Amino acid sequence: MEETLKIIVLVKHVPDAQFDRHLTGEANAVDRSESILSELDEYALEAALQLIEARGGEAAGNKVIALSMGPAGAVNAVKKSLQIGATEGVHLSDEALAGSDAAATSLALAAAIRHLGADVPADLILTGMASTDGETSLVPAQLAERLGLPQVTFAASLEIDAGKLTARRDGDTHADTIEADLPAVVSVTDQINDPRYPNFKGIMAAKKKTITTLNLADIGVDAAHVGRSGSWTDVQTAEARPPRTAGTIITDEGDAGIQLVEFLAAQKLL
Amino acid sequence: MAKVLVFIDNPGQALTKTSLELLTIARSLGETAAAVNGELQDEAAATLAAYGAVTLYRPSAADLDDYLVGPKAAFLAAAAGAAGANVILTENSAEGKEIAARLGIRLGAGVITDVVAVDPGGTAHKSVLAGSYTTTAKATTPVSVLTVKSNSVTPAPAVSATAPDSVTVQLPADATAAAARITARVDKPASERPDLAEARIVVAGGRGVDGDFGPLEDLADALGAAIGASRAATDAGWIGHDAQVGQTGKTVSPQLYISAGISGAIQQKSGMQTAKVIVAVNKDAESPIFEIADFGVVGDLFHVLPQATAEIKKRRG
Repeated sequence: MEETLKIIVLVKHVPDAQFDRHLTGEANAVDRSESILSELDEYALEAALQLIEARGGEAAGNKVIALSMGPAGAVNAVKKSLQIGATEGVHLSDEALAGSDAAATSLALAAAIRHLGADVPADLILTGMASTDGETSLVPAQLAERLGLPQVTFAASLEIDAGKLTARRDGDTHADTIEADLPAVVSVTDQINDPRYPNFKGIMAAKKKTITTLNLADIGVDAAHVGRSGSWTDVQTAEARPPRTAGTIITDEGDAGIQLVEFLAAQKLL
Repeated sequence: MAKVLVFIDNPGQALTKTSLELLTIARSLGETAAAVNGELQDEAAATLAAYGAVTLYRPSAADLDDYLVGPKAAFLAAAAGAAGANVILTENSAEGKEIAARLGIRLGAGVITDVVAVDPGGTAHKSVLAGSYTTTAKATTPVSVLTVKSNSVTPAPAVSATAPDSVTVQLPADATAAAARITARVDKPASERPDLAEARIVVAGGRGVDGDFGPLEDLADALGAAIGASRAATDAGWIGHDAQVGQTGKTVSPQLYISAGISGAIQQKSGMQTAKVIVAVNKDAESPIFEIADFGVVGDLFHVLPQATAEIKKRRG
């Protein structure tokens, strides 16, 4: 009999990267009005679902909890995760969280994860390789540091056996095999699997699943330690980069390669 | 005066260009020290002196490379304490950012990633949302941790070299307790080309190369460039995933980015649109890449690139 797994997947509601995105307001925060479940989080969710399905799924006592922190709209990332197959959802939402940097975000997430279970809140905390909006990739490492857990980032494969995980990481100069004891924080790359789409059955089943909403009081975090004022970094100015404008475009009439080199020479790039 | 600590991980014989850039930025902010993990050879030590490091902090343990990031962050935290550092600089690689992340929690320090410049007062400049905005950010904490992108400054040695002291830093007993272990490593064949993230010139191919990177490699070698690729090319298996430039790959800001057979959709653009000069070759005149190219050729890359390579070789005699 395989061990059962309780996996928390961190999912984020982010502006759709297919369109222009903007910073807004006095705090220069990301405009989240047109947002979706971060594409990169779908790989983490899929990895979690494959791990529990190999162990008999929800019926055998395994859980995949989709946890999202964010304003009211972020519940949509949780709902989408439930449609894809997460067994339950948690939405951490509080006005005081707005403007949190990575340090404040990891503080709130660590408290929420501890709230979900006493000593061993989960066997595994899974994330995508980055959010497609903040792009700092700091939160998984900071969360691991706050929870005192090992972190394995950019896993291109992930196996779990007897309380231990084995992952593969592909670096520029070498590929590593990594081992860590559970619980651990793991981020997965977009190479690890092909995420499934929600089907009709999943969409109907999701309506019966529980979404727990938590605020700062529920998780015992002082509002002064999160949000813009509780953050350890502050964005002071933001300026839209002037859009790149098209330069000279030519159609090859047999000597475009030579013209290309002339352009490089004129730019002193040779 | 600010005290600045630069993390140098396994310098080997010669420091990387990125390390030299970090040391150059550090000197512009204040007194510079280096935390060096791994073996320190004479040549690398001489370079650290030439770049003005006044103290070299070394870990008491030699096995930090057997683990992922956690123990390195513990070493750096101890070194920052010993140095009384106000600013810690690391490179902006994935590992560099993770070390910075954990270090920030250990020191209670704000972390700013993807930095391209630092003002003397500690304000960091960076670009966000895939290069569509430039922002300035500052840590509100007494200590700040900055991860700095390659190609941000021109490395320059100090006016007068130092004779740095070496100080061994004791690691906390639990530094490796809850860390992931590296149990096996397979080296990839070493490339003669420059590192993609650091390269001054990048030649990148996409769907249009149709499995044949040959003409791109020839041009790259004539220019001393690194090879990059779009997600379409790496997903097709034509080239390794580590060559991918874009949202789910690397972000590069070279002096020159030559894009061949890449349409230039947002996923690709977000990884390269801060390049200084963009040259594009694509058969399809409607490709979005032409909206951001400084020089574009609507044409067949299998004709244009070899002709350009031959012309470069001819001019260089």
